[in-house]
Amino acid sequence: MRSRSRATDRAAGGAARDRAAQRRQRWTARLFLAPTVIGVVVFTVVPIAGSVVLSFFRWNVIDPAHYTGLDNYRALATDSSVRAAFGNTLLFMVFAVSLQLLIALVLALALQGRMPNWVRQALRSAFFFPLVLSAASVSVVMKYLFNQDFGVVNWLIGQAGASPVPWLTDETWALSAVVLVYVWQQFGFSFLLFVGGLANIPKELHEAAAVDGATGLRKHLRITLPLLSPTFLVASVVGVINALQVFEQPYVLTDGGPGDSTRTVVMVLYQTAFEELRFGEASAVGVVLFALILVVTALQFRLSRRFVHYQ
Amino acid sequence: MTAVPFTEKTRRPQGGGVAARLGSLTTRRLGVLGRVAGLALVALLTIGPVVWTVSTSLRTPAESFDLPPRIIPAHGTLDAYRGVFQQLDVWLIALNSALVTGLIAIGQMISAALAGYAFARLDFRFKKPLFGLVLATMMVPVQITIVPVFLILKEMGLTDTLLGLIVPAVPTAFGTFLMRQYFLTMPKELGEAAMIDGAGPWRVFRSVYAPLARPGLAIVGVLAFNYHWNEFFRPLILETSNENFTMPLGLVSLQGNLGTGSISVVLAGVVLSMIPAVAVFVIGQRPLREGITSSGLKG
Repeated sequence: MRSRSRATDRAAGGAARDRAAQRRQRWTARLFLAPTVIGVVVFTVVPIAGSVVLSFFRWNVIDPAHYTGLDNYRALATDSSVRAAFGNTLLFMVFAVSLQLLIALVLALALQGRMPNWVRQALRSAFFFPLVLSAASVSVVMKYLFNQDFGVVNWLIGQAGASPVPWLTDETWALSAVVLVYVWQQFGFSFLLFVGGLANIPKELHEAAAVDGATGLRKHLRITLPLLSPTFLVASVVGVINALQVFEQPYVLTDGGPGDSTRTVVMVLYQTAFEELRFGEASAVGVVLFALILVVTALQFRLSRRFVHYQ
Repeated sequence: MTAVPFTEKTRRPQGGGVAARLGSLTTRRLGVLGRVAGLALVALLTIGPVVWTVSTSLRTPAESFDLPPRIIPAHGTLDAYRGVFQQLDVWLIALNSALVTGLIAIGQMISAALAGYAFARLDFRFKKPLFGLVLATMMVPVQITIVPVFLILKEMGLTDTLLGLIVPAVPTAFGTFLMRQYFLTMPKELGEAAMIDGAGPWRVFRSVYAPLARPGLAIVGVLAFNYHWNEFFRPLILETSNENFTMPLGLVSLQGNLGTGSISVVLAGVVLSMIPAVAVFVIGQRPLREGITSSGLKG
């Protein structure tokens, strides 16, 4: 900006003209920003405030709203189905995120080694392919693959000599199936982040370490992983935020069942609001989930101070 | 850091006969082979379900549960695809999906380019807090805001319309952030030169910077297309009439209608819905990858 006005000064030399140009620029900026800023305010900022306010009311859209203080939150805390949903979601998050990061990291590291370039590219494309598909239709497919009697997954397990697993119909297995389907589709995301992170590590560091006699594993532990730690932080933060919002997979695969074993927080939100028309309680679910996301993310950044090294 | 020229030879311990060196070479090559084989197995697991879907969609109902799963169907048939067109107004929901996705992608590209440019290159009051606001909303999940958004759209008469799906999706915090980064990397001198030649701020943006930002715009567009073509949660809530369904909704409803029927039909529907996604994967692979990699910059 400063350099711009200097340039204009040199060209025109008029202060009045400069002011006019500035006014023109401000108006341009306002017009440029309008769609985004108005959109963000109307469809994100106002709704967040709206959720908080609504969460103190009982309201089904038809009858007038009724202020009930913290009743909605109390109802959530005592509803066993909601409590199960929060428990499932946290459990899902822990397993899905750690599995997803581990697979992605191992694959990204293994892909770094020697191989023909076309092989590397083909493998990379294969790993990231499921990401472009819709979670809903992928889950439709997986429902058949995980079928207890005629699904391919159990057939493969049978070939290995084990007995079939009641993936979608048993309380102890259903959440595992949801995790597997989710991770199958999502690990490519963390994988791409890691590939990008690895590409940013200067080659010279590895070479220097090799000269000093470091070998494969040590090299990774001492150099690659510390330098990759910022990427790891981002991958785990994004992974956690996404995992806490899991919806399509359990909705299509199991519809929350059997029992409440795969009901997730967003499923509860959906059902409470749009099937039961209890908008106040649904908003309270949303507020608690949002708070949970913020807390977990903050914790991750906190913890990261000890483990993340910046170059 | 010492700049020692690095070759394979310097790393290998010196000495040892030709045989020893040959031996270590073969073990290394075996190691590479093993690693690639392992990676290929994972790739097979990743692609497998998709291959199974395509091949099952080409089978007759009687063969649809064949185990071991046959990749090439014994009696290939397109009956399942005819079935999809009979049970679902495929053309209509594909048109809905294309309209919604296309308009959102174009809308995001335009709005993100404008706002990103303003944040990168223009001067105005409250620039920092406004940018902070936009950045902060990048972290806010759609699920948290959906109840009030639904009510706002209802107030506007936009529930159960395609427009109601499009309008809230156009403003994009991530796209704005990405475009701002893009414009920041471009030299200021280009714009200054144009201004000395008498160009106004709009001309400078339109003729100088916007054309240079095409790769960034491609990222925003491809990401938007991919996300919204596959979107399920918002359409599920907002669209109640069958004639407003998008592809993922149509598919899940197809599965519900069928009950006991042939899974080939459902899978044929899945294949049809995948076609544009796969096209984007093939054509837009690079922007998509870059978009995801650069989302690593966030936070």
